[in-house]
Amino acid sequence: MIEDRIVQILGEIVGSTNISREKADKITHSYDATQQSYLPDVVVYVKNTEQVAKIITLANKEKIPIVPRGAGSGFTGGTLPIMGGIVLVLTRMNRIIDIDTDNLTAIVEPGVVTGQFQKAVEKLGLFYPPDPASLAFSTLGGNVAECAGGPRCVKYGVTKDYVLGLTMVTPTGDIIHTGGRTMKNVVGYDLTKLFVGSEGTLGIATEITLKLIPKPEAKKTMLVYFETIDGAAQAVSNIIKNKIIPTTLEFLDAATIDCVRKGSGLDIPQSCHAILIIEVDGDADILDKQTQKILTIVQPSGVIDTRIAHTHEESEAIWAIRRNVSPSLRKINPDKFNEDIVVPRSKVPDMIRAIEKISREFDVPIINFGHAGDGNIHVNIMVDLKQDGMKETAHKALDKLFTAVIEMNGSISGEHGIGTAKSPYLNMEVDECTVSYMQTIKRIFDPNNIMNPGKIFSRDS
Amino acid sequence: MNTNKSLDDYTVEIQECVKCGNCQAHCPVYNVTHREGGVARGKIALAASLLAGEIKLDKRLREDISLCLMCGSCVNKCPNKVPTHEIVGAIRREITESRGLSLIGRAVSTVIGHPKLLKTLAKSGAVLSPVLLAKVPSASGLRLRFHSPVMQKRTLPQVTFTNLFERYPEFIQGDPEKPVVGIFSGCSTTYLYPDTGAAMIEILKHFGYSIYFPQSQVCCGIPALSTGNGKLVEKLAATNISSFAKHSVDYILTCCASCNGGIGEHYRSMKGDTGNFTDKVMDIHVFLKKQGIFDLIEKMSIWENQTRVTYHDPCHLKTQGITKEPRELLNVLPNVDYVEMEGADLCCGLGGTFSVYNYDYSKQIGARKIDGLKECGASQIATACPGCIMQLQDSINHAELPITAIHILELLEEALKDRLT
Repeated sequence: MIEDRIVQILGEIVGSTNISREKADKITHSYDATQQSYLPDVVVYVKNTEQVAKIITLANKEKIPIVPRGAGSGFTGGTLPIMGGIVLVLTRMNRIIDIDTDNLTAIVEPGVVTGQFQKAVEKLGLFYPPDPASLAFSTLGGNVAECAGGPRCVKYGVTKDYVLGLTMVTPTGDIIHTGGRTMKNVVGYDLTKLFVGSEGTLGIATEITLKLIPKPEAKKTMLVYFETIDGAAQAVSNIIKNKIIPTTLEFLDAATIDCVRKGSGLDIPQSCHAILIIEVDGDADILDKQTQKILTIVQPSGVIDTRIAHTHEESEAIWAIRRNVSPSLRKINPDKFNEDIVVPRSKVPDMIRAIEKISREFDVPIINFGHAGDGNIHVNIMVDLKQDGMKETAHKALDKLFTAVIEMNGSISGEHGIGTAKSPYLNMEVDECTVSYMQTIKRIFDPNNIMNPGKIFSRDS
Repeated sequence: MNTNKSLDDYTVEIQECVKCGNCQAHCPVYNVTHREGGVARGKIALAASLLAGEIKLDKRLREDISLCLMCGSCVNKCPNKVPTHEIVGAIRREITESRGLSLIGRAVSTVIGHPKLLKTLAKSGAVLSPVLLAKVPSASGLRLRFHSPVMQKRTLPQVTFTNLFERYPEFIQGDPEKPVVGIFSGCSTTYLYPDTGAAMIEILKHFGYSIYFPQSQVCCGIPALSTGNGKLVEKLAATNISSFAKHSVDYILTCCASCNGGIGEHYRSMKGDTGNFTDKVMDIHVFLKKQGIFDLIEKMSIWENQTRVTYHDPCHLKTQGITKEPRELLNVLPNVDYVEMEGADLCCGLGGTFSVYNYDYSKQIGARKIDGLKECGASQIATACPGCIMQLQDSINHAELPITAIHILELLEEALKDRLT
């Protein structure tokens, strides 16, 4: 419980309409896309860096947990107030402060929605590539905190490759500035990279300087139907082997296709057991050539049919299928363990086979889709937790899955982060000594453990 | 009698929300408030907590539940199609049942529940639509303002003194070979925009349809639904269904998207079988397209002085997937140079009685249309819902733009003017 006097001070900082202890507000700020729910003690909406600094200074002094929140669309529990405290909402800090068309940079507040930012820069002929499936609603602050990825990252890299600098409020309430507005900068430690992907445990970004690139002139989206998932995986390897890096190389397995078949509006053949969505971009005149080359390469891997989008609308219709996959999985079973493992690209076929084996061994449906081009597979173990022993079964399957990933030199999370959902598995991938260095860093920044406590490192690690 | 569903009836749908957050991208309210209580996901979380008995109908919950235009934009884009607009309706009915109607809700219900009062008020120029209005000339002397203290700056069209019922008989015989169409005109069209209703009837007459226009029809129920007056919705539904049962009709046509959503979508969601009525409900543009009228219009010779017109998607058509037909009509009209605007599918912000309770938000939502409207260079914005027309014109007036909001049917009537008698 938070004392009244603290609530009063918080109210003085943000204004009485931007703070609440009402039950309804606690409920609507208790969850994220993990569907778990923990009630905070108080919800505050902030408007600027100074407010954030004042609130954190107070929380640090009073040792109250602070949980930053953007769209609340994370998949690993990053914004869950698992220890109560203050949920600090950044959605109203949503100004695009500057888009510099001479130097190809932009400065934004953390509450700017990624997709809206992309639209704004694309109007000026510029491009911000990271494209998480949630881009229409997730915020840049959240994307930075989780180091969001997306389909285009196979060619363009992930969020950290586009963050040049940050204004951060540290867990002790200091306002610090990392990096800057230049492409090159080696002055001091690279704290920017440390903060990107730190999941709100090392502070709150209140201003973000981003790198932009020129917008590719054109793009072409292909939808390729395969007879088998193995064929699709083989096709991915062959494209990369032929030294082609498409903009995106997404795959959907048979169970995923079943989930989206009805709503897709596309006539997906029954014999189709895997789909690749391949997109290329660049100068308009080379795209047709590149498209043909890719189709020739994949053809021997059991291609049933191919569709090429000729208009923006056709292309968006294809992408809508991909973006709706994750939320539509509920049709299979009510509960999902949503993992985003990543393996070296050449290991994708092996990984798919290993997952199929795990699915059979534990008799649980496992649905796979994702970014085949960079080896990042979204593995969804679909269960009904109301069934006896199902939780244990799911965890056993997860253990097996992560063991296989690490044996293949992969990683247990490519872009969703660790949060609370994957913290029990951190030690499987990162050795004890390295975890201890990470925890030392956390303690230096946050001696009272108030910044998003309980995330990344499980309580016993 | 067909009855509304209760919150309990939505238990399964409520569980289907996976908290992905997708609705944030499409909710007109969230896009101005940026607060979770404004968006579908937040409301579904509250609905779940209500069902679980974890929260009561307390003040903040009632405020969050009031912040919904019931436009259905979220439902349309929801991967699991959770019917948030219906769930909000159910919670509002619970609020009404436990606390009674709000002051505005009572005013709305008094007016729309009594056709005679509605007629009188319209005639005296005192009101229309949901709230009691007074005829106060604005600076230009041409506009009306809501008299209500909550919306002093609202601009309204001038009320006409001959309503649609006074202009047409209940039955007009057409070509016996052609379908008989019922006309559900709705309050806004009947009293505020009777010219639009007249255009619809004249066009249908011209193409030879027999017309049944029962004068016993009443409000579709959308404003009552919006205020949570479930009993009144049920009463209005029963009256409308029996009105159209008196004469055999092949279709029941609307030129108001909200009425279409009311007598179509909402009646369909009610308990009991309404199929005999709701299956016949059709938007006028969809009807004209199905009847091949667009092909006839396309053959007309193109005007020299075309008007540049853009289109606004009324939520109640958009969520039913009716986005192509109105645009196709605009495209074939000889008097129209049709241009698409950015943000054509953004809600206008009216939302039943939403704008009465939340006029500031309503204005902010409406203002989001303005940039796209300016950019496209149109001198008219056409749409298919009188509610949208009223709200769009209000937004345009506040932005001081020389643009008129009109109904597509008026453009069609203009194209056919030499042929209509």
